[in-house]
Amino acid sequence: MSRRIAFRNARLVDPASGLDVKGGLLVENGRIADIGPRLFNDAEPNDPEVVDCRGLVLAPGLIDARVFTGEPGAEHRESLESASLAAAAGGVTSMVVMPNTDPVIDEPSLVDFLLRRAAATARVRVLPCAALTRGLHGETMTEIGLLKEAGAVGFTDGDRSIANARVLRRALSYAATFDALVISHAEDPELVRDASATEGEFATRLGLPAAPAIAEAMMVERDIRLVELTGARLHFGQISTRAALDAIAAAKARGLPVTCGVSAHHLTLNELDVGHYLTFRKVRPPLRCEDDRAAMAEGVANGVIDVIVSSHEPQGADTKRQPFASAAAGTVGLETLLAAALSLSHDGQASLSYVLKALTASPARIFGLPTGTLSKGAPADLVLFDEHAPFQVQAETLHSRARNTAFEGRKFAGVVQQTFVGGARVFER
Amino acid sequence: MTSAPAAPILKTSHLLGIAGLSPFDVTALLDLAETYVVQGRATDKKTALLKGRTLINLFFESSTRTQSSFELAGKRLGADVLNMSVKTSSVSKGETLLDTASTLNAMRPDLLVVRHQDAGAAELLSNKLDCSVINAGDGAHEHPTQALLDALTIRRRCGGFENLTVAICGDVLHSRVARSNLILLSMMGARVRLVAPRTLLPADADRFGVEIHTDMEKGLAGADIVMMLRLQLERMSGAFVPSVREYFRFYGLDRAKLAHASPGALVMHPGPMNRGVEIASDIADDVQVSLISEQVEMGVAIRMAVLDALSRGTA
Repeated sequence: MSRRIAFRNARLVDPASGLDVKGGLLVENGRIADIGPRLFNDAEPNDPEVVDCRGLVLAPGLIDARVFTGEPGAEHRESLESASLAAAAGGVTSMVVMPNTDPVIDEPSLVDFLLRRAAATARVRVLPCAALTRGLHGETMTEIGLLKEAGAVGFTDGDRSIANARVLRRALSYAATFDALVISHAEDPELVRDASATEGEFATRLGLPAAPAIAEAMMVERDIRLVELTGARLHFGQISTRAALDAIAAAKARGLPVTCGVSAHHLTLNELDVGHYLTFRKVRPPLRCEDDRAAMAEGVANGVIDVIVSSHEPQGADTKRQPFASAAAGTVGLETLLAAALSLSHDGQASLSYVLKALTASPARIFGLPTGTLSKGAPADLVLFDEHAPFQVQAETLHSRARNTAFEGRKFAGVVQQTFVGGARVFER
Repeated sequence: MTSAPAAPILKTSHLLGIAGLSPFDVTALLDLAETYVVQGRATDKKTALLKGRTLINLFFESSTRTQSSFELAGKRLGADVLNMSVKTSSVSKGETLLDTASTLNAMRPDLLVVRHQDAGAAELLSNKLDCSVINAGDGAHEHPTQALLDALTIRRRCGGFENLTVAICGDVLHSRVARSNLILLSMMGARVRLVAPRTLLPADADRFGVEIHTDMEKGLAGADIVMMLRLQLERMSGAFVPSVREYFRFYGLDRAKLAHASPGALVMHPGPMNRGVEIASDIADDVQVSLISEQVEMGVAIRMAVLDALSRGTA
């Protein structure tokens, strides 16, 4: 007998189709079998499993397009399994993981390893990105064709920029041969060397080594030129400045195959949140001025920014409990992604559907995934959440092994109640 | 041995590239070469057509087959042949190309065959020397005798070039063979396709009136001739192509990919081959499909025809 789950009394929000109605949804054999405003209205469904959604939002499971884990190589910090627990608790049903591990994911056999480990241990889908250059050294391209066949969904050096334009030009050109997606990290590596803050009055007052914010726009502009030359699809993993946003808006207006993301923390925090050297708010790129942060919110609202990501980056006390300049950059974020993103809709800057689009339909489109939608036949990756339930972020309640959250003490609204991957419940509050 | 009529064939005293030739020139050279195919298969392969003339093979890049092919062509026509390679010349001692040219000129050669790593080197020498210059490969520019020998091989097998689809596959970017061939084959009425990863395709290749393919199976679909190009070792380690195994997987000619070409499609390679890189051994060695040995034989005949034609003066 087929496995069925009936969801009733839901507020169905599917950004892919623009749907936002009250109704029901039926899951059969791990896929969405039916959906509609009248489904299960009249008669109580006689299915073995019924979920009464009590009017809460039922949406496609979130796709987090930028996640770092410690597997392989630093499982004590975060494994695929521990990250997936956090993901499930945050309504994230697919994690796009970065290749910055030890060893670096630059071989087809390592992509295969990650997929097998994920299948054996992770609660949510794991979509591996492979390195764009061997060993992330920025010198020679990886086997993009074979890696793509092995299951790599994108090619990136993660949090490293390709400094050498000749290398990037050839890698983009080669990637275009296979219609492979390249993900760029936009920071001029020499300008930002040793910097831990954005250059400006605040960094000066704190006496922190800082880099100018234009280090990002410079690389974005260079990369866009190379996209124009090579025809490759390029996604900027995360941007953080108005100048970069303007450059991408202009590139999109010219029809170039460019997309971009923003992290939840660059959307909600600015450089002043570093306060008195809070190393848990040290991130890469560093937090920016308020105008740049506001630009990120505008970018999501007007659609220039395609996706919102957590940039989940686990660190331990050993790497974070250091003087600011010596501390490691990065924040965990899988569990706070939805709530941080929803602050845009709560503030009235974008509709709920629009915010969710940046977490579901848009990443699915960029990575060519069958998920991120409530359409019939799609995999039943679902999140059920209470849009308005308030909570305060507390590190000790997080499900990830690493708890270095930049949002400690922050008050958000939006609590995940249940998460399903392929029709299987992976989280219930 | 009968010698061909001595009427002039070409309008120029040099052979610098296919780009300078007309379809009539090409046909005349191929026709003349046919007589040398016959001569090359006879017991007595030698004539005295170029008796007393001096041919210098000046090779700045190492080459076994092209140099020996020209050497044999010259000797079979009775010329005195001198081989100079860069290792034994003064160039390695700092002499410029033009210094070398004036030194050679003083030796009064009649024919100079030159291969050089820089595009335009043969043309530069042709401006400074009194003898006929034959380009045996200049950088990534042209290698006209290779294209002519390929054309002769194709014409003997297929009868002509009209309605023929030729897929040139591999490192087109660095290949003078590809450039000469695509000019010649297009000029003679064949449909030419270039098949390569984007990193190995030259900019604006589509402006040459050829089809561009990055998917080899699609590029080979319906092809009558599959012309494989050599991939230099130094280009396989990450700069243009990530690895040998990836290149072979997507662009190496094996039975599965060849099955997409026309039934009876023939395979060519200018040599030397990288087995297991651009071509599988079983295809290279299959006499039913591989024209590789025939290309070498036609090479000598074509070079005899070119030496003969240039020695006749201009039409």
